[in-house]
Amino acid sequence: MDSGYILTFAALSSQFLVGLSRAMILFIVCSGMSFVLGVLRVPNVAHGSLYMIGAFSAFSISTLFGGSSTGFWLALIISPLVVALVSLIAERALFCHLYEREHLMLLLFTFALMLILGDLVKLTWGADYRSIMAPPFLRGSIPIFGSSFPRYNLFLLIVGPVVAISLYLFTNKTKIGKIARAAAVDREMVGAVGINVSWVFAAAFVIGCYLAGLGGALVAPMVSITLGMDHDIIIEAFLIVTIGGLGNMWGALVGSLIFGITQAFGVLFWPQFAIVFPYLAVVIILILRPTGMLKSVW
Amino acid sequence: MLEVEEIHTFYGLSHILFGVSLSIESGKVVCMLGRNGAGKSTTLKSIIGITPPKKGSIRFKGEEITGKQPFMLVRMGIGYAPDERRIFADLTVEDNLEIAERKVEGGERWDKERAYEVFPVLENIGSRRGGCLSGGEQKMLAIARALMCNPELLLLDEPFEGLAPVMVKVLEDQIGTLKETGLTVLLAEQNVKTTLRLSDHGYIIDDGKIRYQGSVEELKENEEVRRKYLFI
Ligand SMILES: Nc1ncnc2c1ncn2[C@@H]1O[C@H](COP(=O)(O)OP(=O)(O)OP(=O)(O)O)[C@@H](O)[C@H]1O
Ligand SMILES: [Mg+2]
Repeated sequence: MDSGYILTFAALSSQFLVGLSRAMILFIVCSGMSFVLGVLRVPNVAHGSLYMIGAFSAFSISTLFGGSSTGFWLALIISPLVVALVSLIAERALFCHLYEREHLMLLLFTFALMLILGDLVKLTWGADYRSIMAPPFLRGSIPIFGSSFPRYNLFLLIVGPVVAISLYLFTNKTKIGKIARAAAVDREMVGAVGINVSWVFAAAFVIGCYLAGLGGALVAPMVSITLGMDHDIIIEAFLIVTIGGLGNMWGALVGSLIFGITQAFGVLFWPQFAIVFPYLAVVIILILRPTGMLKSVW
Repeated sequence: MLEVEEIHTFYGLSHILFGVSLSIESGKVVCMLGRNGAGKSTTLKSIIGITPPKKGSIRFKGEEITGKQPFMLVRMGIGYAPDERRIFADLTVEDNLEIAERKVEGGERWDKERAYEVFPVLENIGSRRGGCLSGGEQKMLAIARALMCNPELLLLDEPFEGLAPVMVKVLEDQIGTLKETGLTVLLAEQNVKTTLRLSDHGYIIDDGKIRYQGSVEELKENEEVRRKYLFI
C-alpha cells in the first residue's frame, strides 16, 4: 500500500476535524451576533469585545480556583453570565434608546462601544498575555484516523451541536423565541398584539451576547487571551453572518463551517497563505449569492 | 367605551386626519365608511397608538390613552386587526395565535380552542406557516389573533376586503356572533352593504374629516350622503 496516500488521508481528516471544531467556536459567537442582527437590527461591532470579556473572565475565574478543573467548569458557566450582565446593562442604559436610529449611527455607536470596552478590559486585566488550562481529561490528544487529534477540539465538537440544538429549541419551541422571530420581521405588529417589544429586545440582546461570552470562555484554553482578540473575531464574524444570510442563525452555522474548514485546509495546502483561503471563499460566495447562503431576514 | 376627540394625525409632514371625532358605546358595532385614502386606516392606527395623533384626545373606558404605546393599549383591552393583515409569516398559524395569548385574571379569556370555534378553518391549517395562507385565511387569522388579546373593543380594518362572497357571509356571521357576546367593534370598511347590516351606528369619513354620522337606519335612507362620499 502507498504510505503517502495514508498519510494524506490521515492529515486531511484530522485537519478537517480541526476546522470543524474551530467552526463550532465561530458558530457560537456568530449565531449570537446574527440573532441580535435579525431581531434588533443592530450590527453590533462590540460583539467581539464581549467575546474577549468572556475569555478574560474565564481566565480570572479559573485563576481564582488555582487552575483546577472546577475552576474551568465554573469559568465556562459563569463567564458567559458575566457577559450577559454587562450586555443587559448596556442594553437598558444605551442600546434601548437607539433602535430607531439608522444603521450607520448604530455602527458608529457600537464601534465606539468596542473601543470603550477594549480600554476597560485593558484597565481590568492589563495588556499581558493570559492563558488557562483545560481539565486534565481534555488535555492532550487521542488517535483518530491514524493521526492524533486534540481532545479539547473533540469537546468542542460536542458543545457546538448542543448549542445548536438548544438554539433550535429556544427559537422554535419557547414563546419568547417565537416572539423574537416575529419581532425580527414585524416589530410594530408584535407590539400591536400586546407584547412589550422593549423587553423582547433586551432578552434577545442578552441571549446573543451570552453566546459571545460562551464562545470566549470556550476558546480560552486554546489561545492566548489578549487584547486584540475582539478585532480578530469581529471581522470574521461580520463576514460569516454576511455569507450565511444576515440575521439567520443557521446561516451563521453554514458560514462558520465554510470559514473554519477552508481555514483548516488552507493550513494544510499552503501554510504561508492559509489565512487567505476563508476570505477567498467569502468572495466567491458573495459573487454567487450576494445575499448569503440562507435566507436573510433583512 | 371609546371617545375620540378632534384628533389630528400626520405621516411625517403630511397632515392626514383633520379633527376626527368618534364615539363608541359599549356593546355596539360602529362602522367607518369611506373611499380609498379617506383616512380609515389612519384613524384606527391613531386609536391603537401606531401613529399617535399630534393633537386631540382619545379616551378608552374613561381613561385618557393618547400617546400610550400600542402594547399597553392592547393590554387595556383594545384588539387590532390591520388591513394588510401582517401575519407573522415565519410562524405557524398556531404560533401566531399563541404569542398573542395573554393570561388574565378572571373575565373573558380567549385561547386557541375558542378561536378555532369561531374560525374552524384555522384549526385544519394550524401547523401551516403564516406566509403560506391564502388572503382569506390570513384575514381570519388576523382577527383571531386580535381576539387572543382578550379585547373589549375590536378594531377591524377592512375585514371583508378581497374575500369571496361566501366568505364574506361567513365572516359576517362570525362578527355577529362576537357582537352577541358583548364585544364592541369599530369596523372600517368599503363594503357598504355587509357593513351596514352588521352595524348600529355609522360614520362617513373623507379626506381626513368626518362628513356624516348617524344611525344605520339614517345612513341607509340618506342617499345623497352615500352618493357623495361612497359613490353608490
Ligand atoms: N405610511 C404613510 N406615509 C405617508 N402617507 C400615508 C401613509 N399611509 C397612508 N398615507 C396617506 O394617508 C391617507 C389616508 O390613508 P389611509 O390608509 O388612512 O386610507 P384608508 O381610508 O384606509 O384607505 P383604503 O381604503 O385604501 O385602505 C392617504 O392619502 C394615504 O396616501
Ligand atoms: Mg385602509
